[in-house]
Amino acid sequence: MQAFLDIFDIYLLEAVINGILLGGVLALLALGLNLIFGVIDVTWICYAELVMIGMYAMYFIVQYYGLSYFIAAPFTILLVAILGAALHYLVIAPLLTAPPINQLLATGGVLFVLQSFATVAFGIDFRNLGIRLPVLAFGDMNFSYARLLSFLAALVGMVAVYLFMTRTFTGTAIRAISQDRQIMALMGVDTKRMYLITSALGGALAGLAACLLVLQYDVHPFVGLSFGPITFLICVLGGLGNFIGGFIAAFVFAEIISLGGLFSDLEWGYVLAFAFFIVMMFIRPAGLLARRR
Amino acid sequence: MTRQGRLAAWAVGLAALVALPFVYRDPYHLHILVLILIWSFAYTSWSMMGRFGLVSLGHGGFMGIGAYVTALLWNHLGWSPWIGIPISMVAAGALALIVGYPCFRFRITGHYFVLVTLALSGIVLQVITATRDYTGGSLGYTPNRASGNKLLALQFDDKTTWYLIALGVWLFGIVVWHWVDRSMSRYALEAISEDEDAAAAAGVDVTAEKLKITLLSALMTALAGAIYCQYQMFITPDTVSGIAVSLQMVFAAIVGGLFVSLGPTFGAVITILLAETLRIGFGTKAVGWDNLVYGVLLVLFIIFLPKGILGSVLDRLKPQRKGPRAHEQEAVQIARPGA
Repeated sequence: MQAFLDIFDIYLLEAVINGILLGGVLALLALGLNLIFGVIDVTWICYAELVMIGMYAMYFIVQYYGLSYFIAAPFTILLVAILGAALHYLVIAPLLTAPPINQLLATGGVLFVLQSFATVAFGIDFRNLGIRLPVLAFGDMNFSYARLLSFLAALVGMVAVYLFMTRTFTGTAIRAISQDRQIMALMGVDTKRMYLITSALGGALAGLAACLLVLQYDVHPFVGLSFGPITFLICVLGGLGNFIGGFIAAFVFAEIISLGGLFSDLEWGYVLAFAFFIVMMFIRPAGLLARRR
Repeated sequence: MTRQGRLAAWAVGLAALVALPFVYRDPYHLHILVLILIWSFAYTSWSMMGRFGLVSLGHGGFMGIGAYVTALLWNHLGWSPWIGIPISMVAAGALALIVGYPCFRFRITGHYFVLVTLALSGIVLQVITATRDYTGGSLGYTPNRASGNKLLALQFDDKTTWYLIALGVWLFGIVVWHWVDRSMSRYALEAISEDEDAAAAAGVDVTAEKLKITLLSALMTALAGAIYCQYQMFITPDTVSGIAVSLQMVFAAIVGGLFVSLGPTFGAVITILLAETLRIGFGTKAVGWDNLVYGVLLVLFIIFLPKGILGSVLDRLKPQRKGPRAHEQEAVQIARPGA
């Protein structure tokens, strides 16, 4: 082991592994968005803001009402799931036949609403959960326990969604709708209900991501802007609606950010990731795993 | 309204606007007017693309380049904004071409185009933040006060001068808008926004037409950024660049009306007056309220009034708009018998 560690730069290895851990959370974020896009064909620009609301919910339940983290998490997930369904019912449903750009812009309006709602209601202070998880030391490398936990929870969440989509009737119906929107209604599937379920599921995934992110980051009204754009780019890079592509793209992005941050500032990691995205859009416009038509 | 009547209305309105600062000198109100004019120009620049379905969230990036390049050249190299502004515009234009060409060439449209441009404004924001040794990062940046010639440095202390400059720039934006509106490109771009393949089949050079309008829009947005920087003498990445600014442009243009020349201006008037009223009425308690109202309005507008306030009002005012359409139909009939 030691010999192996000597060959590689220890910081490099640490960055690579941290990248993988970060990738888990990004993959979870991208999964919810991909689900919405694949089934309803809508981009929720405000997705990261739903996560932000979830983080606030965690903060208040844990800090204010003194409940334990693990009791707070299901409540938060439920809350954000309801928010997701409400978002669909109030904003997306009236616009389903409008041009796609209008749907995207309307959710942009929701982004403003959620952000400023948080500013008005909670102020612009940075808040954190006050839970400090230990740092794991492994050789000379340090990993945050919170990241490891998030990674594992993200994996569990993704497997759960996979099973839901493949093993249940509702999941099958959702996948069928994503393949052909018009025909499924003729097959006796209530499209509106499926859309609502999908939106709630997407919201629940945002809620799960919120529970995990709140362990690592302080929450403030603009926290969504720090990981929102990255989430969209991951979905697009993976091919909108393509779950496996999104999964791979999340890890590619996480590694670029992590390694870029190792050699320079974290911002340059992001710049690299964004630039990589733009270049990839030209090489593979329909996503990493797109079949050549 | 006849053509002469409309021109006369424009002339009277303009004369009133030019005369205003000589009659009315309240600095605060003039300040608000200058801001409205500068932002109107930025929103008009955005709407030049937006009205053809090219929704860009990258304009925050162009605006940031305009502001920062001008300020950096002035502070570090001592180059006057008279040189700096064209350079910053060229920089923004080059970026627009570099990103735009492959986008249009490879038919990246709709959601994908929005998200690519989103990445673009993300890049500009992060680069400004990352090069904090030069740009001051998120703490903001102030162009040095000119010691010598004020005109050379494009720094003026009195609001009247700035008002006139902003008015000129805004008017330039409106003129360009009308110029595009009358050109062949407008028809080509409208055809493209309806159906790209059909337009290409009809002989429209899709890539070139889209590139032209993108370049124009980016150049103007960079100019708006530079003017804003020169006027405010303080810029931060969040006020001139990034996704929030891009969304703000989209919002104002849509609320005002995307398809009429004064729509974005109307949007700027509404949004800035709303923000200022809330700020004065509620003071620091109002932090966030303006955006809350914007957001709700944006959603409501897109659902119920996608043409914007001014666009819808103008539609109501002239139902006889059908006239010229029938005339055009006739012309088509004559040109293509049997069509």
